[in-house]
Amino acid sequence: MKAKVYVSLKPGILDPQGKAIKHSVELLGFGGIADVRQGKYFEIALDDANEQQARESVARIAREVLSNPIIEDYRVEIEA
Amino acid sequence: MKFGIVVFPGSNCDHDAYHVISKQVGQPVDFIWHRDTNLSSYDAVIIPGGFSYGDYLRAGALARFSPVMDSVKKFAASGRFVLGICNGFQILCEAGLLPGALIRNRDLHFICEHIYARVETSDTPYTNEMQTGSVRRLPIAHAEGNYVCDDETLDQLRGDDRIVFRYCDANGNVTTEANPNGSRDNIAGICNAGRNVLGLMPHPERACEDLLGSSDGRDIFRSLAATLALAA
Repeated sequence: MKAKVYVSLKPGILDPQGKAIKHSVELLGFGGIADVRQGKYFEIALDDANEQQARESVARIAREVLSNPIIEDYRVEIEA
Repeated sequence: MKFGIVVFPGSNCDHDAYHVISKQVGQPVDFIWHRDTNLSSYDAVIIPGGFSYGDYLRAGALARFSPVMDSVKKFAASGRFVLGICNGFQILCEAGLLPGALIRNRDLHFICEHIYARVETSDTPYTNEMQTGSVRRLPIAHAEGNYVCDDETLDQLRGDDRIVFRYCDANGNVTTEANPNGSRDNIAGICNAGRNVLGLMPHPERACEDLLGSSDGRDIFRSLAATLALAA
């Protein structure tokens, strides 16, 4: 079983890296880019076969380690 | 009085802090390895600067899970003194001992320079030997020093006089131009509600001798030593 965790900055939190990336994308010649926000992506391999239990465990890992709730949101996906 | 300096893998200002306490403040001091958990012999603990755990994930995020940090939380809850400098400030925020978070600098650069910081309150154990409104020239060296917090937290910090240092110009004016990293409200350092935990991004321990370009940081350690002497 595999868990995927996406961590992204909360709306309103300044993302200077996203701004720099947007600038580079524009230099590449792409117009019409309204905004770029940079986040983090984690893949966690689990021995746990129970999906509900895995979801709860990974949500706690995401909340307490992978993200800082003051500045970031997270989303968990479980793949069988 | 006895000081302890916590050492994480990747701490690199631990010896600077040790030098200042032993040579400038003239008090006994130990290094505390991050796996140690017994803080009973200390009156004040310094969480020094550096790159604990290589700043992996987020600056300070992994250090918070070191065994010593549970003891530091209890130490702080008992009213004893915890000073977090730079990476130490980031760790204290990640550990929930101070509110808010420190994110990437507004202009993305790692900034290593001397800045000016204004003492916003002399009503802390770390600033009681300084005048409120006085200006200190201190070095900063960080990529993630941009202080963020929500409106409610900012109101609370202001209302409770917990903003201890703000970035300013040489004359003490708190301006956008004098804000090196984009910190909200030019915040360079804050304390907790009990006023016994202080976190700041500037490095006072690197500014305790004229030979190093500034001795403006020395009064922070002198204030703390004076507080401890009174309590003894």
